[in-house]
Amino acid sequence: MANPPDERVDAPGGLTDRWVPSALEQERRAYRRSRTVRSAAIASISTILVVGALGWVLTHSSGWPRVQETFFDWDKAVASFPAVLNGLWLNIRVLLVCSVLIAVLGLTIAVMRTLRGPVFFPLRLFGAAFTDLFRGLPLLLVLLLLGFGVPALGLDGLPQEAVFWGCAALVLSYSAYVAEVFRAGIESVHPSQRAAARSLGLTHTQSLRFVIVPQAVRRVLPPLLNDFVSLQKDSGLIAVLGVVDAIRAAQIETARDFNFTPYVVAGVLFVCLTVPMARFTDWVARRQGFQGSGLV
Amino acid sequence: MLRSRMLAVSGSALLLAGLAACGGSTSTGSTTSAVATKAPSASATTDACAIASLPLTTAGKFTIGTDDPAYEPWFKDGKPANGQGYEAAVAAAVAAKMGFAAADVQWVVVPFTNAITPGKKNFDVDINQVSISEERRKAVDFSSGYYDVAQAVITYKGSPIDGKTAVADLAGAKLGAQVGTTSYKAITDQIKPTAAPAVFDTNDLAVQALKNKQIDGIVADVPTAFYMTAAQLDNGVIVGQLPAAGGAQEQFGLVLTKGSGLTACVSKAVDALRADGTLAKLATQWLTNAGAPALK
Repeated sequence: MANPPDERVDAPGGLTDRWVPSALEQERRAYRRSRTVRSAAIASISTILVVGALGWVLTHSSGWPRVQETFFDWDKAVASFPAVLNGLWLNIRVLLVCSVLIAVLGLTIAVMRTLRGPVFFPLRLFGAAFTDLFRGLPLLLVLLLLGFGVPALGLDGLPQEAVFWGCAALVLSYSAYVAEVFRAGIESVHPSQRAAARSLGLTHTQSLRFVIVPQAVRRVLPPLLNDFVSLQKDSGLIAVLGVVDAIRAAQIETARDFNFTPYVVAGVLFVCLTVPMARFTDWVARRQGFQGSGLV
Repeated sequence: MLRSRMLAVSGSALLLAGLAACGGSTSTGSTTSAVATKAPSASATTDACAIASLPLTTAGKFTIGTDDPAYEPWFKDGKPANGQGYEAAVAAAVAAKMGFAAADVQWVVVPFTNAITPGKKNFDVDINQVSISEERRKAVDFSSGYYDVAQAVITYKGSPIDGKTAVADLAGAKLGAQVGTTSYKAITDQIKPTAAPAVFDTNDLAVQALKNKQIDGIVADVPTAFYMTAAQLDNGVIVGQLPAAGGAQEQFGLVLTKGSGLTACVSKAVDALRADGTLAKLATQWLTNAGAPALK
């Protein structure tokens, strides 16, 4: 958005006393414009050619009719939509509940790991051990251990529901990742911020709460969104415990006639969930004054 | 040109079929399978189904696919090639009937999804307890049915559904089944329980959930149900056998790629094995079928 003062030259009223670019400069500009048009034309043609060629190769391959029939069958998509949507509702509920718990637990562990002072060593040790263990363990194993292992103990009072233990496994596993993201954010805040806060008389807790963590969270919003989107899809992993999520619903629908369109339906629904979320996070980040390093 | 090539091919087909028959009779002595002792004869196969004229994945070899792990009682020790277990024995018998020597039969691991998706396949036939249905025929070819299957409900002693005699009595139970099976369909279409059925990736996980009493019962095909109660559960009992859905007999069939040139020949071999009593004999040998009370 540069503001060219010379544009007013073309305005009616014959403001001829205003500065006019030299003939040489006008020539340069015309040349640059022509180059821009030329680049745009070449880019368009090359894009059309590449996309067209890919599309042609795809649709003219010998197996395309079968692929189309198997993955992009409109009638099957319509028929399976209610079941897949119903499954997606489980994903969404699990996502909402777990993401709150994960944020709380992750931040707690991150703060634990960043505490200074020898007295906090047990907390630091716990934080480090927790992240090491649950980042290292495959989520599937945690799910199976909690979902089938704990109920097998036969202890009274413990819930038996697959969804409960599935969520517990997701929270443990994802908290470990999210804790490290938060820790990176906390440690990226310059020490002078903490020093300034303390010199103003804020306690350690207050400076964390009002100075460090707000800056840290703003900086790590994009990676947090990454984890959030990833959780959205991994929430379906609790299906191994016997509950039906979007992908499992698609699998069940597929088994009836070996048509894989329901998976595509589930995929489209997941993308529909993700895209608005990404825009929303961008908006939140901008509103908080986070411009990133790209803009000066 | 085409005609002469055809002649050459059929000529060599006869030659090869003869060779294969010789190979079959010499190698049967070394195999432990009771099935393979039924020596294949070249006269049993007409020209259309002569080995050389078959569009095989690997020329001269009969490639059979199944999933890994391969479950009992359909296979034994997870080794399909040993010819033990009902499906391993049937597949070996089909191959022998088609004129393949035991040495020319090779097994490959084919995940179930891989068997039913479109595209080039690395197997000639897949045997994996796949139920034949008209809907599925749109995606794959099936041979004639090699096993008439019924669904059974199992539970543990003293469960809420232990001792029930009617299908309607099961509606209040939390039932589980393996995903993508007709067993699952039997729950939703025939039993119509009030609680959403639990769906598991494998029957093993369903058994674990039943052991944990997270579910009240499992629906599986009758031989698998007997295997579960006998070998996998300490206090498992068969509640009963479900009536055939819609009055139609459910059958397991060998899966071939859609439009495979082998389908007719494989079906012919299966039909012959059914007619000469081999299938019945193998079923008696490997499967427990009797003793499941019919649910009303």
